[in-house]
Amino acid sequence: MKFISITLASLGLFTATAADWTQFRGPHGNGVSDEIGVAVKLDQSNVAWKSALPGRGLSSPLIIGDRVFVTCSSGAKQDRLHVICYSAKDGAKLWERQFWATGRTLVHEKISVAAPTPASDGRRIYAVFSSNDLVCLDLEGNLIWLRGLTRDYPRSSNSLGLSSSLLVVDDVVVAMSENEGDSFTAGLDAATGVNRWKINRPKEANWTSPIVIPGASGRRMVAIQSGKGLTAIDPATGKIVWANTNSAATIPSSALLNSMLYVPGGGITAWKLDAANPPTQLWKAAQLMASTASPVALGERLFTVNNAAVLTCADVVDGKRLWQLRLQGPFSATPVAAGNTLYCVSEKGVLQTVDTTKPEGEIVSTLDLKETILATPSIANGAFYLRSDATLWKLKGT
Amino acid sequence: MHKIHLLALVGFTIYGISSSARAAGLSESIAVIRAIGPEGKGNAEATAAWKNLSAAPVKELPTLLGAMDGANELALNWLRSAVDTVVARAAAKKEALPVAALEKFLGDQGHHPRARRFAYELIASTDTKAAERLMAGMLGDSSPELRREAVQRLITEADTLHKASKTNDAITKYQAALKPAREADQVDAIAQVLGKLGAPVDFQKTFGWVNKWQVIGPFDNTGGAGFERAFPPEAAVDLKAEYDGKTGKVRWQEVSSTNDYGAVDFNKPIGELKGVTGYAWTELDSDKSRPVELRMACDNGWKVWLNGKLLFGRDEYHYGTEIDQYRMPAELKAGKNTILVKLCQNEMVADWTKTWEFQLRITDAIGTPIILAGK
Repeated sequence: MKFISITLASLGLFTATAADWTQFRGPHGNGVSDEIGVAVKLDQSNVAWKSALPGRGLSSPLIIGDRVFVTCSSGAKQDRLHVICYSAKDGAKLWERQFWATGRTLVHEKISVAAPTPASDGRRIYAVFSSNDLVCLDLEGNLIWLRGLTRDYPRSSNSLGLSSSLLVVDDVVVAMSENEGDSFTAGLDAATGVNRWKINRPKEANWTSPIVIPGASGRRMVAIQSGKGLTAIDPATGKIVWANTNSAATIPSSALLNSMLYVPGGGITAWKLDAANPPTQLWKAAQLMASTASPVALGERLFTVNNAAVLTCADVVDGKRLWQLRLQGPFSATPVAAGNTLYCVSEKGVLQTVDTTKPEGEIVSTLDLKETILATPSIANGAFYLRSDATLWKLKGT
Repeated sequence: MHKIHLLALVGFTIYGISSSARAAGLSESIAVIRAIGPEGKGNAEATAAWKNLSAAPVKELPTLLGAMDGANELALNWLRSAVDTVVARAAAKKEALPVAALEKFLGDQGHHPRARRFAYELIASTDTKAAERLMAGMLGDSSPELRREAVQRLITEADTLHKASKTNDAITKYQAALKPAREADQVDAIAQVLGKLGAPVDFQKTFGWVNKWQVIGPFDNTGGAGFERAFPPEAAVDLKAEYDGKTGKVRWQEVSSTNDYGAVDFNKPIGELKGVTGYAWTELDSDKSRPVELRMACDNGWKVWLNGKLLFGRDEYHYGTEIDQYRMPAELKAGKNTILVKLCQNEMVADWTKTWEFQLRITDAIGTPIILAGK
């Protein structure tokens, strides 16, 4: 099967190749893969390989070319931070770098210090941990720079854990450290790690991740949500382009589809984006409840998973509920999608594939990986990558 | 920037640099790495220096580890990843690690505790028998990680005896583990099991809580504004004074914590209030000046002053806590020392947000309790 990538590179939305999975919820930051022909049904025969991990984590694997990058934390205090590179071909470990946490490592017992997902521009890996340690390595494992943001800003931490994933856009690494202490979002120079900008943010815990949205003249902006509203930032300068005060969720992140941003918070609010002006609210659907998992916008459908593991499908045009399907839950991981299929992995490690073309949706396969999985899966080059606290899996998608 | 490098080089020379490092041309690169500062300062220069260090021959591992002595946490990580790279390349070439030199390095407790632990792990990766032999002598080690593993081995042995119903032997073994244990979770686990086996441990003494305080409040913390507002005790502590508090006149009152975990609970002397601030003050005698750590745990907003100097504080409410949550390096002076704690409660109403307390102890750098006489 030759995979076809519907590249959005021509739209300037990312720089790595389309088949790579470069950040939390994939190259477009919405959980949707562009690949066509990926398997709809998955069972044990799809397991290509699995490799042991040296520590815990709920960060997603990144896939750049033929390499898989994973972060972990280990030790009694989870103060050993790992960045590991595996061969996508056979799961062999190619290199591993360890670092000592310089920030606080206390987190909720359910999660771990390797909670946020790294990001890549296709040339380097930018990894971040709940301890507010950032590490930049090239694809060969050569250290380019590192930062200790809690070391620099000592009141910035969260005793339940920080989990905002990184975003790299236009040679700026966007790092959110939003909490009740010193709350900020910073743009770091991708080449050196020094601050290009740092802006104060609401003093409240925020576990969501930033997302790239279209800006004026083909430029890109970064949208950040919080309980105080939605803010669009120029990644080059940190300048706020627009902001509203509509309270957004602080756990599930927003999903982008073309010029629409679907923002969780008291249901889902659909915002029509405008390059230079504040967005226009098209609808709000209180019944679309995203819990820990973020919403997924796929074609003409919007999907949420609630606390009761009910998958809800709604029309992106008006937010009206089309159908609901009870899955085996509970869920922390955000579903990912390819073609018309949703891939939903529960905390109990049960990977369920859902055919979204069926009138009421249909679970078409169930694969029990028999380990606790909190991490959102990744899709690249016709394969799925999942990780637990102990194992990294590659599932063949063909 | 040139000046910074020069200073770093001089600094490193103070810690000593081997002739082999000079021969390998590593010294300048090490100096660059050690000059790494806050907010990414020195990162651009360090990238090239790191490449040079990571290309070092495997025999230079003790040099790279030795460069960690006195280095800041960021430099430690730069050096650590260079060592990782050297070791990985050696493994790929099937080159042996310099185990004898690493063992010599490990044996010198003057080296950085993390560097020594790293040396131990490198030895263990290639010579498990040597690692076993070395770990047997680590119970009193100055490296918390090495000591922890040695203590854990004793705990495991005690657990085995316990499961075999050899209670007296298990008690003896647990007690042997408790004596060198310094990390709070290990101390707690051992103390708890000893209690269950009929050999109770004095938790207060074992952890070394500061448990005698003078407490005053409530002052106002509506909207969280009290965290930054300086109420009278921040200007001066007068135990006989009376102030206008949030709900009326407030006075200092004596509080002694008898809690196993040293909790100083403001809800008892002041009341279960919300949107309030209180203070705890104590005076302790030290027979000498010495470096210490004030180790704080708190689920409320808080600040701590030692002898009138603000050490640290955070205004995070009800997000979780653990023993030794915040470690604040400080210097005790000979004679009387005062500690002032500010403790803020927010306005959340859920039952789980009632907690209004802190725990504080004074230790050395590895967690040995320092128990001082109070007023």
